[in-house]
Amino acid sequence: MKKILRLSLLVLSMLYLFPLDIMAAGPPAVGGTLPAFTLPQPGSTAGRDYLGLDSRGNFTVPDIKAKVVLIEILSMYCPFCQKEAPEVNKLYEAIEGNPGYRGNIKLIGIGVGNSAYELEVFRKRYNVPFPLFPDADFALHKLFGETRTPYFIAVRINEDRTHKVVYSKAGSLGEVKSFIENIAKLSGLK
Amino acid sequence: MNRVFFAGIFLIAVSLVSAPFPVTAQTHSEAYKDNIYETGTLKPRDSVLKVKVGQKAPDFTLPAVSGGKMTLSRYRGKQNVVLSFVPAAWTAVCSDQWPGYNIAKDIFDARNAVLLGITVDNIPTLFAWTNQMGKLWFPVLSDFYPHGKVASTYGVLRSDGTTERALFVIDKKGVIRFIDVHDINKRPPLEKLVSELDKLKQ
Repeated sequence: MKKILRLSLLVLSMLYLFPLDIMAAGPPAVGGTLPAFTLPQPGSTAGRDYLGLDSRGNFTVPDIKAKVVLIEILSMYCPFCQKEAPEVNKLYEAIEGNPGYRGNIKLIGIGVGNSAYELEVFRKRYNVPFPLFPDADFALHKLFGETRTPYFIAVRINEDRTHKVVYSKAGSLGEVKSFIENIAKLSGLK
Repeated sequence: MNRVFFAGIFLIAVSLVSAPFPVTAQTHSEAYKDNIYETGTLKPRDSVLKVKVGQKAPDFTLPAVSGGKMTLSRYRGKQNVVLSFVPAAWTAVCSDQWPGYNIAKDIFDARNAVLLGITVDNIPTLFAWTNQMGKLWFPVLSDFYPHGKVASTYGVLRSDGTTERALFVIDKKGVIRFIDVHDINKRPPLEKLVSELDKLKQ
């Protein structure tokens, strides 16, 4: 009886310390992998073409036709994300304007706590040229350890569709040129 | 034996009360650094409305953060008005709501609506807080003294002196057309407000 009680106490305290919850302990760590999630097809043909997806259904980040995928976690309601938006657009232009990066590095954004309508307001306001995906119920935000916004994650996609997080950081991306060179270096693109 | 048993019961009780339930999801913008105060999950609603849809919106005059005073009735016959009460400066959900509206000016303009942001904080606090949001296009009003007088008139003053997270849509005639006293822990979706503004055009 005593043994059973002790055992149940132990199990209970384990549960207390490590709740069986989908909440991640923190943002994806460098060297690790992304949490498991899928995204719906982008609404626009341009978005679908950009990502080079094979299937028409939901997809995962390693399904994106690229060597490196940059994920920005943002919110339409976040003033820093608003301020950062023109810089991220510059980053997109810098990638597209460089033959070594174009097609190899692709950018997506996840609007945490944003409805499709709200994220569309953001996209229009800043002319965001890359695909954005709403996360209205914060499901992805929880998987990403409830990071602050903006948050940037770079993922190296290998030939065999395995992947590795090579950059994971909150706040501004800083100077566009050095950021992109850093990403290229970290992901072994250069 | 008894002690172990009671320890077990105690632990079960404690876990039930304080197990780390996921709190209401919130995002934090890097803009505020570590200056956002965590309120935790609050009682969704803690006041009783004193106005209703269809009645004239009670008039008020409040000081604005940008200086001067703002009177609601100045918009009568001219523009629709959205009153956005948020609970308190420097709290999580509130620190997001207005920056979102700040990039939606054209949506309000297209519906001939002005937005008035109101909290019960004093002007210096509102000044420091709203400065972190970038330049806001809409007036921010302080219902600080007498404390929460306007919030109380509308019935959105909570028992702790903060306000509800509430939206009031007032048409050009000064009549209240929509009220959303939202769950204080959640941000009202923009599309709902827009659809209510769309109804006014008819």
